[in-house]
Amino acid sequence: MVHDALTGFRTLLYKEVLRFWKVGFQTVGAPVLNALLYLLIFSHVLDRHVTVYGEVAYTAFLVPGLVMMSLLQNAFANSSSSLIQSKITGNIIFVLLPPLSYREFYAAYVIASVLRGLFVGMGVLLVSLPFVDLPIAAPGWIFAFGLMGGAILGSLGVIAGIWADKFDQLAGFQNFLIMPLTMLSGVFYSIRSLPDFWQKVSHINPFFFMIDGFRYGFFGQSDVSPWLSLAVVGICFVFLAVLTLAMLARGYKLRA
Amino acid sequence: MTVPAIRITSATKRYGSLQALAGVDLEVAQGEFFGLLGPNGAGKTTLISALSGLVRPDGGTFEIMGFNVVSDYRNARRNLGVVPQELVFDPFFSVRELLRIQSGYFGIRNNDDWIDEILASLDLTAKAGANMRMLSGGMKRRVLVAQALVHRPPVIVLDEPTAGVDVELRQGLWQFIRKLNRDGHTIVLTTHYLEEAETLCGRIAMLKSGRVVALDTTENLLRRFASHALSVRLERPEAAAALGGTVTAGGWADFPLDRYEDLEPLLARLREAGVRILELRMGEADLERVFVEVMNGA
Ligand SMILES: Nc1ncnc2c1ncn2[C@@H]1O[C@H](COP(=O)(O)OP(=O)(O)OP(=O)(O)O)[C@@H](O)[C@H]1O
Ligand SMILES: [Mg+2]
Repeated sequence: MVHDALTGFRTLLYKEVLRFWKVGFQTVGAPVLNALLYLLIFSHVLDRHVTVYGEVAYTAFLVPGLVMMSLLQNAFANSSSSLIQSKITGNIIFVLLPPLSYREFYAAYVIASVLRGLFVGMGVLLVSLPFVDLPIAAPGWIFAFGLMGGAILGSLGVIAGIWADKFDQLAGFQNFLIMPLTMLSGVFYSIRSLPDFWQKVSHINPFFFMIDGFRYGFFGQSDVSPWLSLAVVGICFVFLAVLTLAMLARGYKLRA
Repeated sequence: MTVPAIRITSATKRYGSLQALAGVDLEVAQGEFFGLLGPNGAGKTTLISALSGLVRPDGGTFEIMGFNVVSDYRNARRNLGVVPQELVFDPFFSVRELLRIQSGYFGIRNNDDWIDEILASLDLTAKAGANMRMLSGGMKRRVLVAQALVHRPPVIVLDEPTAGVDVELRQGLWQFIRKLNRDGHTIVLTTHYLEEAETLCGRIAMLKSGRVVALDTTENLLRRFASHALSVRLERPEAAAALGGTVTAGGWADFPLDRYEDLEPLLARLREAGVRILELRMGEADLERVFVEVMNGA
């Protein structure tokens, strides 16, 4: 027997990754196909009529939005569905009985979510490339926002998965919070094309900053400065991490 | 003095208006085979859950091998293996994968030798590669036992491990658990099969409505609570009543016996009364009778 301090955390992370990887067809393949359909339909309808930032073709503009949207949704789906399934089937006890700390627990679920998000995001990007001429101006920003977006949605997924007692509650969380915030964040449009009032409203949506900063990485242009976006996204992540850790430390709903 | 395997002091837990644990004090010494008995809803699972950190108690302290389960949870949990009452499993994995993962959670890598040994002892070797969904209920329960043992915990708590396990495998399971006990593991067992508890457990606590209502060695409990009874078939059963017996069917009469020493005088009285004994048998005290008496009295 070999004991070491990190093994527990690594095993939980490995298990969480294996969980989605084993059914990769559904957890990675399906969302990639979905995004591809969006891309084909929207670009067919709009490409010749719309340009963004002056000269960027609409399809090219759309792809980073789709990539990020898929990344975010799947990061959320990973931790939230894993937790609620474990809670409902009762096998959550297998991770509650071992000597894992709540920080290890948090880190494992969030990192697995980030990985699933990144896999899906890369998948969407790869299948889009044949259809668009996409510049990559600043890959560092792409990666930074992908990572932060995944971590934020992974944390939200942990919160939702712990809070929800039933699948419908989780679906509610997804349909009434995650989806609207994503859809209204500028995935499908530049907020500069919006009336003044709606531009201001968009600025209180943290998802807008994730997508805007992500898009900057491709085009070197965005609606707001990527540094501002990074700051907003960073603060959001810290806030959610603290909240989730506090829930876990108290054993909220997990150790009733 | 060595530390107790389990020490629970003033444990309380309330679910809404229901007092699931109403101040439980319990100490189990290392190496004991301990029974935790009680009717449905007595609080056995709640007590075990609080001990293993699955439930936050309202009050009281819980220690495993001297480690507080809250402030020193890592050490406490390393020393404890729990077989849960509910038949839970992760449908994503095979038996072996599950046991490897469970080992990993406890910080153990390369645990295959021990895993093989557990699988063999629980007659699961043939199912090592099978997905959990493919197993029968009894097999799933044995996997739960295996999962509780991956980290060789000195203290093992089994919450109704034999529910739904067939007779042969039940015997096998007990043999295995007895062996673990002989090897020095402390065993705490809850079961509704009282004969099992009687033969296996050296000491027993009985719980009712969140309170310990009896706590003693199995031997003492059997002696203290249930009297033996002498059953005799008599030529003239009606004579039994005058001698303190109760007439039952078929010419039989029962005479309560508090101690074996009372047997001789009883036989003497029967002889003096001129009552001829046709047949005779001793009714042994059993745990079921003790249980019923304790529960009614408490
Ligand atoms: N999560 C919960 N919420 C509310 N009440 C609960 C909860 N868990 C247990 N109880 C209640 O606490 C009491 C003790 O339950 P517990 O499961 O500890 O009993 P038990 O002795 O294990 O019974 P059994 O022999 O049926 O397994 C019961 O009345 C039960 O209904
Ligand atoms: Mg129970």
